[in-house]
Amino acid sequence: MTVLAERHAVHEHAEHHEGPTGLLKWMTSTDHKVIGMNYMYTSLVMFFLAGLMALAIRLQLTSGTGGVLGLSNQQFDELFTMHGSLMLYLFAGPFAFGGLANFIVPLQVGAPDMAFPRLNALSYWLYLSGSITMVLGFLSAGGAAAFGWVGYAPLSEATFSPGAGPDLWILAIALTGFSAIFTAVNLVTTIFYLRSPGLTMFRLPLFTWAMLVTAILILIAFPILTAAMVMLFSDRHFQTHIYTVVGGGVPVLYQNLFWFFGHPEVYILALPYFGIVSEIIPVFSRKPMFGYKGMVFATMAIAALSTGVWAHHMFTTGTVLLPFFSLLSLLIAVPTGIKFFNWIGTMWRGQISFKVPMLFCVGFLFAFLMGGLTGVMLASPPIDFATHDTYFVVAHFHQVLVGTAVFAGFAGFYYWYPKFTGRMLREGLGQWHFWLMFVGFWVTFMPQYKLGLEGMPRRVATYVPGLDWQNLNIVSTVGAFVIAISFVFLLVNVWVSWRKPVPAGDNPWDGHTLEWFASSPPSHHNFERLPSVRSERPVWDFHHPDDLVITHSTNGNGKHRHPVTVGSGSDGGHE
Amino acid sequence: MRIEALFLIGIAIFFGIVGAVYWFWSYEQGGTVMLAGTTLLGLLPGSYYLWWSRRMKPRPEDRTDASIEEGHGVIGSFPNSSIWPFVLGMGLFLVVLSLVFGLWLLAPGAALVVSALIGVTVESRRGGTI
Amino acid sequence: MNAPTTGSTGAAALKRYPRRLALAAAVALPFVLGGCQLPTFWGYRGSTAQAHDEFRLWSGTFIAAIVVGVITGFLIIWSIVRYRRRSDDVPRQFQYHFGLEVAYTVIPVIIVLILFGFTVVTENAVDDVAPHPAVSVDVNAFQWGWQFTYAGKGVSIEGETLNDPDPVGLNGAACAPADHCLGPGLVVPAGKTVRIYLRSKDTIHGFYVPQFNFSRYAQPGVLNKFDLTVQHSGIYRAQCTQFCGLYHSEMFFHVVALPPSQFQAWLSTEQSATTAAARSSSVSGQAATGATAATGHISTSTRKAAA
Repeated sequence: MTVLAERHAVHEHAEHHEGPTGLLKWMTSTDHKVIGMNYMYTSLVMFFLAGLMALAIRLQLTSGTGGVLGLSNQQFDELFTMHGSLMLYLFAGPFAFGGLANFIVPLQVGAPDMAFPRLNALSYWLYLSGSITMVLGFLSAGGAAAFGWVGYAPLSEATFSPGAGPDLWILAIALTGFSAIFTAVNLVTTIFYLRSPGLTMFRLPLFTWAMLVTAILILIAFPILTAAMVMLFSDRHFQTHIYTVVGGGVPVLYQNLFWFFGHPEVYILALPYFGIVSEIIPVFSRKPMFGYKGMVFATMAIAALSTGVWAHHMFTTGTVLLPFFSLLSLLIAVPTGIKFFNWIGTMWRGQISFKVPMLFCVGFLFAFLMGGLTGVMLASPPIDFATHDTYFVVAHFHQVLVGTAVFAGFAGFYYWYPKFTGRMLREGLGQWHFWLMFVGFWVTFMPQYKLGLEGMPRRVATYVPGLDWQNLNIVSTVGAFVIAISFVFLLVNVWVSWRKPVPAGDNPWDGHTLEWFASSPPSHHNFERLPSVRSERPVWDFHHPDDLVITHSTNGNGKHRHPVTVGSGSDGGHE
Repeated sequence: MRIEALFLIGIAIFFGIVGAVYWFWSYEQGGTVMLAGTTLLGLLPGSYYLWWSRRMKPRPEDRTDASIEEGHGVIGSFPNSSIWPFVLGMGLFLVVLSLVFGLWLLAPGAALVVSALIGVTVESRRGGTI
Repeated sequence: MNAPTTGSTGAAALKRYPRRLALAAAVALPFVLGGCQLPTFWGYRGSTAQAHDEFRLWSGTFIAAIVVGVITGFLIIWSIVRYRRRSDDVPRQFQYHFGLEVAYTVIPVIIVLILFGFTVVTENAVDDVAPHPAVSVDVNAFQWGWQFTYAGKGVSIEGETLNDPDPVGLNGAACAPADHCLGPGLVVPAGKTVRIYLRSKDTIHGFYVPQFNFSRYAQPGVLNKFDLTVQHSGIYRAQCTQFCGLYHSEMFFHVVALPPSQFQAWLSTEQSATTAAARSSSVSGQAATGATAATGHISTSTRKAAA
């Protein structure tokens, strides 16, 4: 049987009895669980704000002349800029690496907290500051930034985009960028140094692996973004000429810098959500992840390749080496495909129960399958020439981003909600959320592919009525509202779980990884006891000692493990 | 520590190769510099880890046969609650906002930052909270 | 497929495996016919030689994507249907199959390399610039209009959609309000190679003609050059695709492809125009239908004699 041992963290003094209370307790907390919940609340607020902006955009586009809203060009430009900026800078990333990773990674490695708890808290305060800064743009005299979430120079220079809104946008990115960098440092250190005995690197849960690789990507990408933004701010205010032709600058440099961040950024957004899917599918199929090592290497390959493809966003500039970027972009399909086949292999011959987390994972699989394939199309420069900056690209990236950050993100939300709160969410309401979201998703984005192929550009507030684009736009708008309605079910579900709680217990899903050994929610410093770790599924092994992973050294029914040492008492006293 | 070291060295090797291929194929400076930086990002910590991993015994979390009891005892210092991250965060917030709303914000911002840096250092030394 | 056991090989095979053969034929036929008869998969076949090249690549890639998507999608659907939880039994806890994993690593690499090969060939064709184009046009993009200067001919057309003294609508008809108009017209000879030199005066703009399956950025400090060989006469709407500020949505232009003789006539007319106030001129243009002569209206805006 397993040996359970106590681990201790140094307590300053009896903080349970004497520490701060109320608001001060929240402001001074360095507990990764509290910080993780803070990130999740804030990022979900940003998600809903940006979602409302999306609805406004869709209402505007119901006709070529401004639809039912009749927004001015300036208002529309601010809306799509802030919709993208909030979703990408303030929701998708922070929800994953600030929220979920903060809460879950220390639990999954058996640690009492993150390696640098105060740095962790600082990261949250910087993120909150950055979020406020960005949204403050709407209150400035000239309005919020209105040049797209990418902020290309020269358009984002002071001559073309004067005012405080763009400056606040730049500074918000700097603040949240440092927040992300500090979180990445914390994650890497925690994963390298605070693992349980026996929890070797190749026994890490796949979500933790994903977060490790994501953290490295953050360290690679975010400093470049910060540099690009500092230079832009300098051009705007300190009379430098880095991105302007007048004065000897190079506008294209902005794009190179931005996309060297920007492409790893979308994988910083995607990999954690792949990790979530890799947690949920094995649990709900009651099988180990098929091809675990392949998944680890595929994750690394995706991250590595993603850092070398930045200029595929610049194919139409005429200034980049097309075959290099095209080849590497096409190659990313290979490790992504490996992941897909491994997920399928996990479900294969399993006993799949379609609880809400698993439903959302299946939704993700379909969304990302098509989104990924259209990405392969876009990796080809001639096809990109025909579709760049059209709704084809908009449809592609929404499929992949909504597929990951929303479908897989909410899969993670439903999956770990019992662990966060100790309560279960209602299955029925969750099913409504999923099906409405799924239907709404396809209705919203499929017409956009066709619109793009017909030639409708992106970032347009109006379009020519005679081209027959209106019907497709209306269908897309209807879909967007179906998605919006689906979230009502989520909010009701959360509210009901508070008013009429159903206790979750430690392990409602028969989960595999260490967080399911802690209480729900986990106690202070997480673990009173820990099970022995002999595979990537310590909690499954603890509860199902007769159903271990079949390795080539067993006799095929998983009942006998390959002896790793002889007589060292490594498995503790067998009772 | 060996796998962690190889992970980082692997980054260095991959980007070293990609960077070299990219340079000789395109002669584009910006991307090459960024790829070179990424190579260093793997090389510096990776070589340090590799050097150490050859000189240390495997830690309990590096061994597949380790027992939980081997990790018994004090793991580390995890400061429990501290006001200084909040103070530092708000100070940096004000410093950053001063670039838009006026340099007068620099004074309170810098004051908060400095007090936080002092506070967190003192806190680390004496192990107290707030 | 197994070899048929009775009768002559072809006929028996056709009888035994009608579905499989039909499927194979459906997939192979487009390649056999050289792509001329492919469905468009919602793209444009295109009106330039370069567009036709892109269309072939688009179709082939689309078919490959469908094949991969259907196979993978089928596997997902099969899994979720066939392996629904039926009991509390714990399924067999297998985790590896080395051969399978190698297969679905190697095969995608091969597919990707094939796609890459076709991409490079098409890419080179699309970006190829002829040594002696028939006409060269300097295209200058600016906030929020276009300027077309015919190098060496002393002709320059400039206009903005919302400020176009000679607006032209979608079917060559008059247009109102202004944002239904096509913007300034880039007149080119059909069937000949036209060289475009693309620049920007201020921010980044996108030169995008949907029916040419082509776009390219106009950027300050960068000169982009490319060839267009429009094969069918007609009017092709176009607009800016790279977000460039407040009136980005209205930064239209259009390409008018005329038979070469008519293009020469138009050019002469433009050249002999005085530099006084803009005057409109109408020249008959041909739409790409055989017998009937459709009259197109070619707009000219503020006329400038190039220095």
